[in-house]
Amino acid sequence: MMDYSQFLLMPQEIGLLLVFLLVFIYDTFMPERSQRYMPVFSVILMALYTIYCFCIPAGVGEAFGGMFESNSATWVMKNILNVGVVLVLLQAVKWTNSDFVSVRRGEFYELTLLTLLGMFLMISARHFLLFVIGLETASLPIAALAAFEKRHYESHEAAAKYMFTAIFSSAIFLLGISFVYGMSGTLYFNDIATAVIGNHSPLLIAALAFVIAGVGFKLSLVPFHQWTADVYQGAPTAVTSYLSVISKGAAAFSFLVILVQVFGAAYSQVWEWMLYAVIVLTITIGNLFAMRQRNLKRFLAFSSISQAGYIMLGIIAVNVMGMSSMIYYVLVYIFSNLAAFGVIAAIERQTGRVTMDDYNGLFKTNPWLAFTMMLAMFSLGGIPPFAGFFSKFFIFVGACHQGSVAIYVLVLIALVNTIISLYYYLLVVKAMFLRQDDCVIPTIKSHWTERLGLIICVLGVIFIGLISCIYAYINGSVDAINAMFAAIQ
Amino acid sequence: MEIFNNILIYFVIVPLLTLGGLAICRNQGIKAIRTVAVVGASVLVVLAIALVKMFLDIRGAGDTSEMILRSDVLWYAPFNVHLALGVDGVSVVMILLSAFIVFAGVFASWKMNPMPRQFFMWFFLLSTGVFGFFISIDLFTMFMFYEIALIPMYLLIGVWGSGNKNYSAMKLTLMLMGGSAFLMLGLIGIYFHSAADGNLTMNILDIARNDAIPHKWQYLLFPLTFVGFGVLGAMFPFHTWSPDGHASAPTAVSMLHAGVLMKLGGYGCFRIAIYLMPFAANELAWIFLLLTGASIVYGALSACVQTDLKYINAYSSVSHCGMVLFAILMFNTTAMTGAVLQMLSHGLMTALFFALIGMIYGRTHTRDIRDMGGMMHIMPYLGVGYVIAGLASLGLPFLSGFAAEMTIFMGSFQHTDTFHRVLTILATTSIVVTAVYILRVVAKLLFGEVQDEHHRSLTDATWEERLSTATLILAVAAIGCFPNFFINIISSSFEPVVKALQAALPVM
Repeated sequence: MMDYSQFLLMPQEIGLLLVFLLVFIYDTFMPERSQRYMPVFSVILMALYTIYCFCIPAGVGEAFGGMFESNSATWVMKNILNVGVVLVLLQAVKWTNSDFVSVRRGEFYELTLLTLLGMFLMISARHFLLFVIGLETASLPIAALAAFEKRHYESHEAAAKYMFTAIFSSAIFLLGISFVYGMSGTLYFNDIATAVIGNHSPLLIAALAFVIAGVGFKLSLVPFHQWTADVYQGAPTAVTSYLSVISKGAAAFSFLVILVQVFGAAYSQVWEWMLYAVIVLTITIGNLFAMRQRNLKRFLAFSSISQAGYIMLGIIAVNVMGMSSMIYYVLVYIFSNLAAFGVIAAIERQTGRVTMDDYNGLFKTNPWLAFTMMLAMFSLGGIPPFAGFFSKFFIFVGACHQGSVAIYVLVLIALVNTIISLYYYLLVVKAMFLRQDDCVIPTIKSHWTERLGLIICVLGVIFIGLISCIYAYINGSVDAINAMFAAIQ
Repeated sequence: MEIFNNILIYFVIVPLLTLGGLAICRNQGIKAIRTVAVVGASVLVVLAIALVKMFLDIRGAGDTSEMILRSDVLWYAPFNVHLALGVDGVSVVMILLSAFIVFAGVFASWKMNPMPRQFFMWFFLLSTGVFGFFISIDLFTMFMFYEIALIPMYLLIGVWGSGNKNYSAMKLTLMLMGGSAFLMLGLIGIYFHSAADGNLTMNILDIARNDAIPHKWQYLLFPLTFVGFGVLGAMFPFHTWSPDGHASAPTAVSMLHAGVLMKLGGYGCFRIAIYLMPFAANELAWIFLLLTGASIVYGALSACVQTDLKYINAYSSVSHCGMVLFAILMFNTTAMTGAVLQMLSHGLMTALFFALIGMIYGRTHTRDIRDMGGMMHIMPYLGVGYVIAGLASLGLPFLSGFAAEMTIFMGSFQHTDTFHRVLTILATTSIVVTAVYILRVVAKLLFGEVQDEHHRSLTDATWEERLSTATLILAVAAIGCFPNFFINIISSSFEPVVKALQAALPVM
């Protein structure tokens, strides 16, 4: 007899499923004339659900024989992702009502919510079977989403590329897990951790490398980043923004759980060095390529590659300060990147222009959009008093907390890269404010949903850093993270 | 909130309110914008004067604590980051200087075009950073305000500048931000070694009292922080942003940047690098003395061969700011007092220079001294102002430069070893070189032949220009005539630093 009270531990998943079902029912059964309101309906539903999740206390405990774990840390991670998804959905409202997309607008909302459910499972999974189910649920619908703009050739290309890399990375990941299973005889995270202590066989190290590679594809860490630019460029902007913040954030969170819980005890020395090399490559190569991009979506793709490197700095420190800084970093990154993508989406929807040269003189015609974009760039570049400065500073402090000279060198490399990144972020500011052009983008009347989304992002960028209680909220989940580290210490 | 009873917090709030006020008057026209800006700047000056009075009263009442007007609000508990405020004599005079230059800068950009509203908004954001830096005694908030002061420069130069402005703006921003990247690592390192017992803190006073930074870490962290601040202080060889940046910047921005922002570098070197790491400061001072000595001489010599007025002045700033760092590195009270006097003096007279250059350029549309001449007859007010600024720069008694340089070289010569004395003598040669380039410009620009007949029809200064320059000239003369007033305020602030430095000296 199954104990149904276990489901009480997963109110976030169940709530999300409920939102999904309501949206699905609305999409299927409501008459054609009210379909127009479906996007707003889903946004409101999702927002209510998000607020609800912030209000109820975190469920703590294990379900389904230890396959699923909910604690204050996973709770906070999921809440942060929820906030991001609300913003993504809000910014997409007008786009999904446009001529060529409106027939399939239901699919956009349903698939997005479904992938989010997959990500929740990834974060909470404590058994590789559940993890892989979550991983696949989170990746495959995104390929369908990437192909959403049927009439665009690039959209097909993006979908195909994403599909192939997703399958390929899953295969590598599964290979790694099969090695682990062979060595330890179990798929439970905790059991693996205890089973592999003292076992330094090359097979396990290979398995570790495969796991890092598999999740690295999701996070677009160098050298697993090749798909990123093309997919980001080709996919519809709403999907790209979803991919760049939510998908990346969820992958980072679950990466943290796997590295610490599964390989933390016996292998932290090994994966720290692997990650060290990956971080240096990711930040540097992401930055160097971003400098050359003229298409803003490609540009943000490379910028997001290097940002993923900064996110990893929070993991490599292997301490509580680094972890809570990392969650905070993802939150700030969500707001900054969505502000940038919101502007790009609003302009692309009306004029179809996405290159940096198109933005020349934007400040003259669209001062608010230019201002928002500038704040987003400053925040991504780590300029105070915007939130990006705080998250960068905290993640560096978290990394240095470990204390070794090697980490200081890593932070120095990251800091030098911050200056490089500032250069290309300023290029966008330069185009908008300093340059003049004969064919400036005309004044755009953005839809109220787009404007609301951007206003929320701007407020977030300005106030997340200045108001310390947001960090305190994340840091409040520290107990659960501490428990994760109990294995290591 | 107890912190709002502290006068210091208003130095941040007032510029922010001005910024907000400017944001509101979107369709109000230029008059409203000017009014808001002038009101904001005047309130700052009044606040600064009130602060000096409060400081004198508190010190007069016998309070000898290191920092006064302390306030402390916990901000980020996990990192022990506080919004900690406090001032000593050095910060008080720096705040006074900044307030004066902001005030003069508002009048110098009276006819700013285009987008005056946005210009003043960035201008006041920059001053928020400057004031915030001087009132903070917490590493994190100091660094945050430091960077807030840097980034508006990009747009101020890029949008409102002249000449090769895109290049200059990018170069300046990236070099200064590069400096602050080193600085950030240095500060994080200091934070993690701030206490031996594990109660890590970002409060400067606590860190100095704990004196817990291990010597081998000081060797690493001192250069990081000193170079980080030194970039902003235009230390050789990191000064190259300064000439380009100043040449392209609009007048008020040059004033604020040379007048105040570059002082952030000197102040930071003194307050963070030397004060917190006295051991490494003693050990490594010779390297930086050589570099700053090079700044002094190299800057002065470079100024001699330039023909663009702004470049001349920018290189002269490199030389004078080098003098500030040079004096700070002498590690005795006299020289350090001279350094602060030099900061004041250089801030005011460079601001005056840039204001006058901007006004001349606004009339002649050239800054090349080869294309101009005989300005003394055409615009006598501006001409006299330029002569006074020049004389202050080359150290004429009764003007600010004399008091500052005299004190610096007196202090430097107190060292009895050959190394310090030779360097001091080399540095003094810059005074002669300064006279050369100042007199060259004065002779050519003011008293030479009129080069362009159109220049004969130009007008002299308008009322707001006269107000702006007169304020600065009076201030320059005030420092020159009554240096003791300022010395009394500042000199007591150096005792803790000098004591820390002496305590860190290896026992002979």
